[in-house]
Amino acid sequence: MNLGAERTVWRLSRPYLGRLAGAGLLAAGTELAGLALMATATWLLVSAAGRPPLDTLTVAIVAVRALAIGRGVLRYTERLAGHDAALRVVTEVRARVFATLAAAGRAPAGRRSGDLLSRLVSDVDTVQDLLLRVLVPAFAALVVGLLAVAGTAVVSVAAAVVLAGGLLLAGAALPAAAAALTRRTARIAPVRGALAVDAVDLTHGAAELIAFGAARTALDRAGARARELARLERRMAAAGWAVDGLGVLLSGATSAAVVVVALRSEVGGVLVGVLAVGALTAVEAALALVGAARQWTRLRPGLNRVAELLTGPADLAVATGGTGVGGTRAGAGVDTTAPAPGGPAGMSATSGDGTGGPADPTGRAGTGAGRRGAARRRTGCRLEQVTVRYRADGPPALDRVSLDLPPGRRVAVVGPSGAGKSTLLAVLTGAVRPDHGRVTLDGVDICERSPEELPRAVSGLLADAHVFHATVRENLLLGRGTATEDELTAAAAAAGLLDWVRRQPAGWETVVGEDGGQLSGGQRQRLVLARALLAAPTDVLVLDEPTEGLDPRAADRVLASATAHAGPTRTVLLVTHRLSGLDAYDEIVVLDSGRIVQRGSHAELIHQPGWYRDQWQRQVTTELAYPAACG
Amino acid sequence: MLAGLGVLTAGLIVAQAGALAAVLAAAAGGRLDRTALAGFLGSVAGRAALAWARGAVAARAAAAVKAALRADLLDAVVRRGPAWLAGQPAGQLATLVGRGLDALDAYFTGYLPQLVLGVTVPLAVLARLTYADWSSAMVIAVTLPLVPVFGALLGWQAQAATERQWRRLRLLGGHFLDMVTGLPTLRVFGRARAQVAVVRRMADQHRVATMRTLRVAFLSALVLELVATLSVALVAVPVGLRLLGGGLTLQTALLVLLLAPEAFLPLRAAGSQFHASQEGLTALDEALALLAPPTAPPERASRTPGTVADDAASAPAPAPPLSTPPARSTTPVWSTGWVRPGMADRPLGAWIEGEIRFESVTVAYARTTALRDVSLTIRPGERIAIVGPSGAGKSTLLHLLLGFVTPTAGRITVGGVDLAGVDLDEWRRRLAWVPQRPHLFAASLADNIRLGAPEASAEALHAAVRDAVLDEVVALLPDGLDTRLGERGHGLSSGQRQRVALARALLRDAPVVLLDEPTARLDSGSEAAVLAATRRLVAGRTALLVAHRPALLAEVDRVLRVEDGRVTEERRPAVPFTAVGAVPEGSAA
Repeated sequence: MNLGAERTVWRLSRPYLGRLAGAGLLAAGTELAGLALMATATWLLVSAAGRPPLDTLTVAIVAVRALAIGRGVLRYTERLAGHDAALRVVTEVRARVFATLAAAGRAPAGRRSGDLLSRLVSDVDTVQDLLLRVLVPAFAALVVGLLAVAGTAVVSVAAAVVLAGGLLLAGAALPAAAAALTRRTARIAPVRGALAVDAVDLTHGAAELIAFGAARTALDRAGARARELARLERRMAAAGWAVDGLGVLLSGATSAAVVVVALRSEVGGVLVGVLAVGALTAVEAALALVGAARQWTRLRPGLNRVAELLTGPADLAVATGGTGVGGTRAGAGVDTTAPAPGGPAGMSATSGDGTGGPADPTGRAGTGAGRRGAARRRTGCRLEQVTVRYRADGPPALDRVSLDLPPGRRVAVVGPSGAGKSTLLAVLTGAVRPDHGRVTLDGVDICERSPEELPRAVSGLLADAHVFHATVRENLLLGRGTATEDELTAAAAAAGLLDWVRRQPAGWETVVGEDGGQLSGGQRQRLVLARALLAAPTDVLVLDEPTEGLDPRAADRVLASATAHAGPTRTVLLVTHRLSGLDAYDEIVVLDSGRIVQRGSHAELIHQPGWYRDQWQRQVTTELAYPAACG
Repeated sequence: MLAGLGVLTAGLIVAQAGALAAVLAAAAGGRLDRTALAGFLGSVAGRAALAWARGAVAARAAAAVKAALRADLLDAVVRRGPAWLAGQPAGQLATLVGRGLDALDAYFTGYLPQLVLGVTVPLAVLARLTYADWSSAMVIAVTLPLVPVFGALLGWQAQAATERQWRRLRLLGGHFLDMVTGLPTLRVFGRARAQVAVVRRMADQHRVATMRTLRVAFLSALVLELVATLSVALVAVPVGLRLLGGGLTLQTALLVLLLAPEAFLPLRAAGSQFHASQEGLTALDEALALLAPPTAPPERASRTPGTVADDAASAPAPAPPLSTPPARSTTPVWSTGWVRPGMADRPLGAWIEGEIRFESVTVAYARTTALRDVSLTIRPGERIAIVGPSGAGKSTLLHLLLGFVTPTAGRITVGGVDLAGVDLDEWRRRLAWVPQRPHLFAASLADNIRLGAPEASAEALHAAVRDAVLDEVVALLPDGLDTRLGERGHGLSSGQRQRVALARALLRDAPVVLLDEPTARLDSGSEAAVLAATRRLVAGRTALLVAHRPALLAEVDRVLRVEDGRVTEERRPAVPFTAVGAVPEGSAA
């Protein structure tokens, strides 16, 4: 069996090995106390039957009482210690996983589906179960087993051999069988997965199913699937519980065999009872491994996924490096400078100790950009013969695209869907590296800038912008943690969000729900636009469909105010499918199949035959009707 | 069944202890008591068989209950309809039906059987001990109730803590997920790596919070463990002393020692399973809350699970409005059931082809009023566009006609018949709907298009694909129309999905078409294709089109403007985009 995943967990657990070993020893101590309690009590009774003087029994009497109390106390401390250690490891794993994902940042955004992500989150938690329910009990069972066999060997080697045999069966053979049976239940997984898909379809697609009268069929199918799953589960359970039955049988049989063997090898009458009771308890302790084996088998797929992610080709060193004091401070960037800390949402909880350093993210970002700003001459951003291919054999997403973006210029990129507009933005923001050509900022290749630096210069609104389950203010400040109240208001006003914020009872502290679920589509769009405006990158503000989902009048208004908000020195690169408002742009670039097919000002392009004119005419005719219709 | 197995198990435990005591007593004298040994092995074998049977029976019960709950939950989802669903946390319901209910296994195969043993075994042990040595039985009888008493006392405490913890865990787990999901966005603003520390800190806070609750939660385990082990000491030591005095035989003494812990074992096991089963119970609570009234009529509660098909017969009469609107958000007040059998008192007739009238319709949502006092008439064959700012109530108009939402006041009639009194399924057969964000099912593309017309011929299917300008998309797919789509139509762009929804509506071939913002979120290229398909769809049909984009307005006879819940008539669009089909003139009111 490949234990790569376990090794990864082991490596991550190393700083906490002391705690884990302590928990394991405490667990072993608990089991041993139980075993010793029964063994001593048996010895006490059998000895007492021989009517010895009372003082020969005093030690045993005290021991029985001490062990009785000790076991409970040991159990309590063991569980606390184990959980504490395991949770520490989980903290480590969560941070590493996030760091790895954050570092592996140059892939195109939004490729992972939400389900994959939630699976990742629960996968991370399997680490806790591995430690608590597999590793610690296994360690305890091993220690108890070894000590029980050694103790028995002192009295009778033959009995020790019998006990060792029973322990091996209970602690190795049965767990192996249980694991194999549990692995077999993997066959259920496809049915379970199909049922999960049915559930998604029936909940998310309920409206369609009802409207199209197809609900009954879908329900019947899901019901049949649920029954099939139940049938499989019943079958698997019957086999699985047979192992538990065998375990009961084994503990009894071992102890009987120990009695027989001990009597044959002339062990003293008092000790036979001790050995028998000890064997019974020891085998029962070893049977805990059956449960551990089951658990382990169930955990492995999740563990493997986590390990795969963590051992993948990502620069962990950088990602986990920023955990010092400075890193911690800056890390709270989402909300550090939020003037009103706290709020019900998840992110506000992070502000706890982050609010301590008011000037931290500023300091870092400000000095970095400032130094650079003083040293360089601002010549703007430039794409030189950029070619991007997502697949080696596929057509290029961008084909030798050159674009000059001097400071203050307004450039709009238009074109049919799939033309490469989003790829262009991805290249510019460093999310995708060009296969050929280069992107420079003030003459320096942007690849030379760190993932923290580049966004200071180039950022904005990109496709699939995520809205965090936090307050409006926290979501906005994600753009720039150091923004003042005035800047916040200005950005919100430019995006047309301010009126809505003022109408909310909680104002800026309104919680927006999971991925902005409490907002309407239009408000959500304005929120992400306001965040992009607030980010105020020093060089290029990119806006990918900033007015998507707004009605035409609002769209025109918001686009105009957003463009104006960018100011005279900042370059604006707009990607849009709506052509109105583009007369305010210096240059319009028409992309088709990754190539620039037309470029020029709005006035020029509407007089040239081509995609832009066609599209413009189409839009004009229809939009002329719209104001009329809308009054 | 479980109870019977529990009684048998208890008997065998007593028998096993008796036999082992006899074996050990004889062994103390150096003898091997073969009869007792055989008895011991026999009772052990019996216990083994019973342990197997108990597990298998419990697992059967778990599987059956889960299957029934799953069917009921999905049934409830569909029965209550989209308006109710809109107020539910996205995805949570689907997760509950899937993995969530699997947590019930721990309850059924772990906690419940142990609980049964927790009753039968102590009773059997006490009975046997009373017979063998009543003073030891007294000790057990006095300490035994401490287990449930302490368990309950600490359990309440622990349960409250567990529930708090549960909510917090969700928040923290949610935070991690939120951060991971938002990574691309964090990256855009250069925050991704910096956020690592936040994630670490949140995880650490999670640990601290968890440990705080565990310190209390494990106290119950500590007390239970102490009671059990101390009682062994309390029994063993006096029994030993009485042995010294010769007041007791060794066999009885050993029996007492072996039986005493057995009395506590099942109760403690049940206690430790209790926490593991909590998650399952929480899932069960959630499921029952979803299945519970007010939306479901009371008789459903006692209904035998798994008889989904019967629902049709016992489905609710026109439902009462929700008295307390869900606190969450814009949940429409009430959605009618999806089947209205027994409503056949009004036979299908010519009315269904008559004009659709909104008569002073008001729809109140939880926080806002979506529509106020709306009256309008849609004549057969009329094509009407609905415009207005987002959130003005445009979609609500369509949802009213679909029966997803019922008027809070006023009524909707079709051919003079109140929609509230008709078989909605029958009525919906006349509708084709293209929603704002169409859901595509994890099935083949063809099956997705056939959703509303499963019997449609291959020719009809291909015609619909062609008319929806979907053929170019189909040509790119590996298996053409038979290509299985991923979950929620993964693999298709929004424009392509829209066209699938249009093909669906085209194939449905219904006389009334309801279209919701069909061109939103599309670029101009897709918009043209969608527009062409829409044009074909509305030709010759009664159509209600919610439009954000103006491109559609040329296709319609009238334009209605919805603003602030009120509907006003606009004058006809001034510039027809193109003269496609014969637009009936002068049909505007």
